[in-house]
This record gives sequence, C-alpha cells and structure tokens, in this order.
Amino acid sequence: MPDTTDGKMLTAPGPAVTETVAPGPESGPAPAKARSLWSDAWHDLRRQPMFLVSAALIVLLLVISFAPGLFTSASPRHADLANHYLQPPNWGNFFAPDWLGYDGQGRSIYARIVYGARASLTVGIGVTVLVTLLGTLVGMLAGYFGGWADTILSRVTDIFFGIPFLLGALVVLTTFEERTVWVVILALAFLGWTQIARVARGAVITIKQADYVVAAKALGASTSRILLKHILPNALAPIIVVATIALGGYIAAEATLSFLGVGLAEPTVSWGGDVSTGREQLRNAPYVLIVPSVMVSITVLSFLMFGDAVRNALDPKLR
Amino acid sequence: MGRYVIRRLLQMIPVFFGATLLIFLMVNVMGDPIAGLCGDRACDPATAARLRQEFGLDKPVWQQYLTYMGNVFTGDFGTAFNGQPVTELMANAFPVTIRLTLVAILFEIVIGISLGVVTGLKRGRPVDTTVLLLTLVVLSVPTFVTGLLVQLLLGVKWGWIDPAVSPAATFDELIVPGLVLASVSLAYVTRLTRTSIAENKRADYVRTAIAKGLPRRRVVSRHLLRNSLIPVVTFIGADVGALMGGAIVTERIFNIHGVGYQLYQGIVRQNTQTVVGFVTILVLIFLLANLLVDLLYAVLDPRIRYA
Repeated sequence: MPDTTDGKMLTAPGPAVTETVAPGPESGPAPAKARSLWSDAWHDLRRQPMFLVSAALIVLLLVISFAPGLFTSASPRHADLANHYLQPPNWGNFFAPDWLGYDGQGRSIYARIVYGARASLTVGIGVTVLVTLLGTLVGMLAGYFGGWADTILSRVTDIFFGIPFLLGALVVLTTFEERTVWVVILALAFLGWTQIARVARGAVITIKQADYVVAAKALGASTSRILLKHILPNALAPIIVVATIALGGYIAAEATLSFLGVGLAEPTVSWGGDVSTGREQLRNAPYVLIVPSVMVSITVLSFLMFGDAVRNALDPKLR
Repeated sequence: MGRYVIRRLLQMIPVFFGATLLIFLMVNVMGDPIAGLCGDRACDPATAARLRQEFGLDKPVWQQYLTYMGNVFTGDFGTAFNGQPVTELMANAFPVTIRLTLVAILFEIVIGISLGVVTGLKRGRPVDTTVLLLTLVVLSVPTFVTGLLVQLLLGVKWGWIDPAVSPAATFDELIVPGLVLASVSLAYVTRLTRTSIAENKRADYVRTAIAKGLPRRRVVSRHLLRNSLIPVVTFIGADVGALMGGAIVTERIFNIHGVGYQLYQGIVRQNTQTVVGFVTILVLIFLLANLLVDLLYAVLDPRIRYA
C-alpha cells in the first residue's frame, strides 16, 4: 500500500532531525555517516585559529570572573590614600597589586580590573540568554502562526526596534535607585530582543514550508511538537550566530552605560565605571582610564572573534 | 510608487504611537516626574500633591498620554526643567546633532564603502587581511573608549584639535567627533560591503560586462558596486537613528551641546517633557530614514518595483 511506504518515508525526517540536535558541539566528527550541520561546524571550528584564540581568551575571562581571588591578593575596594594617583604603574612587577598603578582613591587598578570582569561577563551572558529566549519565542510564534499573530507581534517588534537602544536603556535605568547586575541585564534585555525576533521569524517562515514540517503535520503531530522538535532545531543556527555576535555588543553597552553613570554603580566593580572615574585625571594619570578601557575592548574583541568564527562555521555560504 | 509610500506611511502610524507610548510609560510610570523638581531633596507631600495636580499627573496615564500627544500635534512639546520650551531646546540641539550625524555618515559612505570595495576585490590578499583585522579591532573598541583616547591623544597630548567643541559646533570642529561617532559603524560598513562585493564578483552579469570589453572601472562602479550596495544602504539607513541616539556618548565626551546633551540632562533630571519630546522626534527620524532606504532600493536595482 502506498500509504505505508509514504508513512515510512515521512517518519524518516523525525529521527534525523533529533539526531542533528543530540550530538551537540562536543560530539566530535562522526567518521562514516554524513555529518550534521553541528558536527560539521565543530569539525570546522577546531581548525580555525581565530576560534581557538578567542575561545581561550573567553575561558580565561570566565575563570577570572569565577575566581578573581586566584589572580590577585589585593582587594578591589581597599583604598590606601598613600597610594593616591601619581604612583605610576610598575610595569615590570607582573601581577602585583601595583603592577598597573593605583587610582584616585589609592585602589589597585590591577585588582579592580580582575574583579570587574565578573560584572561585564554576567551582563553580557545574561542579556544574551534572555534576549535569545524571548526573541526566539516571539519570532517563532509570529513566523509559524502568521496572520494576526504575526501582524501584532511584528508591530510590537517594530515599536521596540524604533526606540534607540542606548537611549531606551538610559531611560529605564535612571528610574532604578539601586542598579545591580540583574537590573542592568533586565533593562538591556527588555530593549534588545528585537533583532533575534526578526531573525527567528525569517528563519521559521522559510522552514515551515519544508517537506518535513508538512509531513509531521500530515502525521498529526501537535503544534508544540512541530515547533520544538522540527522548527526550533532547524532555526537555531542563524539565531545562535546573531546571539554570539551580539554578546560583545551587550558588554560594550553595559560599559557605555556605566561610563555615562547610569549603569552599574558602586559597590559593584565595573570597567565602565572605572573608565568614567579615570576621566578625572586624564592629563596626569591616563593609565587609570586606559587600563579598564583596554580590558573592555579585549573582552568585546574575544566575543566578536568567537561569533565570527561560529558564523563562518555555521554559514557555508560565506566560505 | 505613490500607493506604496502611502501604505508605508500608514504602517508607520501604529509604530510611531506605540514607540512614543512606550517611552512615555517608561519615563512616567517607572520614574517619578516630581522627584527632580525639588532639587536633591524629596518634595514635601503638600507641594508634591499641588505639583501633581498642576501638571495633570493625578489623572490616569492614558489620559496624560493623549493630552501630551494632542499638545505635540499643535507644536507644544512642553517645558524643560529650566522653564525653556522644549521646542526651543530642539531648535538649538537638532542642527548640531544633524551636522554631527552627517559628518559620521559621510565617513561611513566614503571610507567604509571604499575600503569594502578594495578588500572585496582583493579577497585573501594582505590588504584584505590587514583591513579585516583592523575592522575587528575598531568594532571591539566601544565608542566611549575611542572618543576618550582620541581626545587624550589628539586633544590633550598633541594638541591637534580642541578637546572640547565650541557652542557653535561648526562642521570643521565636528570632523574628529564625527569620525569617533562613525567608527564602529564604519567598520561594519566595510565588512558588509566586502562580503557583498566578494559574493557578487563572480556573478554572471560581471563576467558579461568584462566580456563585452567594458573598462574595469566601469564594471566595478556601475555593475558590481550598484548591485552590492543594497545591504549596505539598508544598514546605513537603520544606522541614522542609532547614530543620533548614540551621539549621547560622543557629545558628552567632546562637550557638544546637541540632542544627546539635552537628552542626558533631561534623563538625569527626570524631566519627562524633554525626554519624551526628543525621543519622539528621534523615532520619527528613524522611521522616515527606513522608508527612504526602501525607496532607494528601487533606484539601485530597477528590478525592484513598488506597485
């Protein structure tokens, strides 16, 4: 009977799709059978020097932010006015508290950049996770259901997209008395999800016409099953690419907001805040400003390189 | 074409009202508009109640929004914290920021697209790799860092420019701040053009153009570039809004009294009228710039037609 053969053919994409998700990036190359997009990407990534360098930097930054005590014995909040400014960096004295000099209140700049890593990375990763979840949800619903749901969700996306990101974040953040890391994360995510939503919507619209989705529908799969098992895994690649590249941008945004004085506030140690205080003695002690600036830039650079490498691996068109 | 423009303008209406309502709610509901009016101390309850009544803040939020929008359409944007009408602040601030943005966009177009074309044509060569690495570095240095470093080196150390821009903010004073403002987008435009050119370089129409003996210059400028510009134009159009909003950082560093400066003052002093008014105009500019970009598509690629 044609029905059963058809049925067999149609069930095939189901397991094939779950298989592409299951191996994940860790699984390494699968020698004999055709590689999935993810294992192919991983195979590719391991040979890219840019990926290896950026991944190493990111791992180092993560270790620093989890265990800053391993990297310096000094406290970032210990202020000794005897060390007030004008004690120039002691460049040769690696990793000692006076290695990069002291700031206006006699706090070790080296200790402050070590302890400042946690805030930057938490904000960057936190915002990216929230934005990806929210954006994917909105984009998937708009793209899959179309019609009124799409019209309304797309307009809402347009509305949020129309508000300049930095200004919106500035307005939201000034209304909070106490600006902790979580407040900053929520504020940035509240305004930042639109890009992912647009990408996800576009991807879902293409995918929902694919044969395997039509087949799953014909077999009576529930809407939630189609969305989670068939559409989501296949729409994930462009979403991940946009999200990893955006991560660096969120770290820069947090530093910019802290620089403007509406981001993270004392007692949270943050690079952006330190750059802002460094402006006071721009002429006499430029290193107070330069050191945290360089740290922000290196961090953003590592995530950008990482995102670039991931995009090259996931988007074969660019090769 | 005419019908397309009208349809797009109609589509902009809900977005415009949605965005202004959102910013209105953010300023009004989350922050207390009264808080900034009694200096650094909190107002005493009687004064607060009187002020609330005076400004109509005791009414429901939707009513406040409608009143505000009604006033906006008659050209009344309210008063700033110092008693000046917001429209007066706008008349002083917008020309400055528009000049700054123009300088920035000019840099994006001239430097960004030229570098993109050169690297796209010479993909994989040393020029390409160098420029690519350079763009990566520029992309990863946040604008406030670039601005401060440029100010420190050019302004303070070497004395090439004045570290602060005068109130007049003429074009020549805005060259360096404009470059700083453009830096991140500039790198992005370069990469976008490069990818687009490299992709189209092997297209059939380019081969045809070469085969029929057109000079290389004409092939690149008329055939290749024109077809490769669509993603770049899209980006630059969307960037107009981002630049004007993002000018807040550059303007703060170089002490330029433009939109960003006024907005910063408004936000810090929690002056609803200034913030909502300025953002309303910025949203409008953003929407119009995007419409303009969509119309430019048809100019760049005659195959795109709007019914």
